[in-house]
Amino acid sequence: MDSHESSLKSYFLVFFALMALTALTVWVAFMDLGMMNNVVAMGIATIKGLMVMIVFMHLRHSPPLTILAIVVGIFWFAVLILITMSDMWTRGLLGFPGK
Amino acid sequence: MSELVSRVQHHFADAEQQYESATFGMWVFLVTEIMFFAGLFTTYIVYRHAYSAAFAEASHHLDVAFGTFNTVVLIGSSLTMALAIAAAKQSKQRSTAIYLVATIALGCVFLGVKSFEYAHKFHENLFPGANFVYPGPDPAHAELFFSIYFAMTGLHALHMVIGIGVMSVILKETLKGSYNAEYFTPVECAGLYWHFVDLVWIYLFPLLYLIGRH
Repeated sequence: MDSHESSLKSYFLVFFALMALTALTVWVAFMDLGMMNNVVAMGIATIKGLMVMIVFMHLRHSPPLTILAIVVGIFWFAVLILITMSDMWTRGLLGFPGK
Repeated sequence: MSELVSRVQHHFADAEQQYESATFGMWVFLVTEIMFFAGLFTTYIVYRHAYSAAFAEASHHLDVAFGTFNTVVLIGSSLTMALAIAAAKQSKQRSTAIYLVATIALGCVFLGVKSFEYAHKFHENLFPGANFVYPGPDPAHAELFFSIYFAMTGLHALHMVIGIGVMSVILKETLKGSYNAEYFTPVECAGLYWHFVDLVWIYLFPLLYLIGRH
């Protein structure tokens, strides 16, 4: 019964934290931080995402194998973006056409 | 106890192993879903990198108020979903049903607001295609932004529709008394799916609605 009560409490805490972070991300978006706007927006989204996964999706009570599967998925997502962007970021780097 | 035994399939050692296998399988499916959306996120990053000014301009045509409202609605539905699972775990079938109805209702509110936003975009001729009319600079790349906007939010909305369908089945089974403290795996797996859809929106909201706002 105690673990039930404490998990209910954590659900409401996470809900209010997610609400606060949503307000924060909207508020920050209207400030001019240059490139940092993207970093802050994605940072807040990642904190929110982790809270949803760890508390709502019960990752804190999941076996290591489940966490491994998720880490592998995120790893390949990162590979997809990094290899694609390594092309985008380096175009025109060498001073001749086509490179 | 005979109820409990009948719930464990013969190829599992016990109920706990069956539960862990089912949730692991659900997570593996969700990882394939992450990769499914990853293609679109990568498309977004590539084109936003290439045409950042046009994307920031086009994003101003989305309504931050609707986006924020829907974010709140969806996070609220994740809370009711988590509470539904907690209730199912306690064999409180009535509470489970009430929280599931709340989750479905909030999902419908989200889709209602979304359809209102879509209708508004169609009305303003901002849907990509032959009738696309864009008042700002660089309409070709603004059209690209709206293509990505409709593809990503459309795919997300499709997941919501499927989620509401899944929740309806879970609700029906809950009302039949199929779940209790010993067996609530389908509620948990449906919940994982619902939270995943919330997770995707947590990233879509700032990427689509909140760029270049200052």
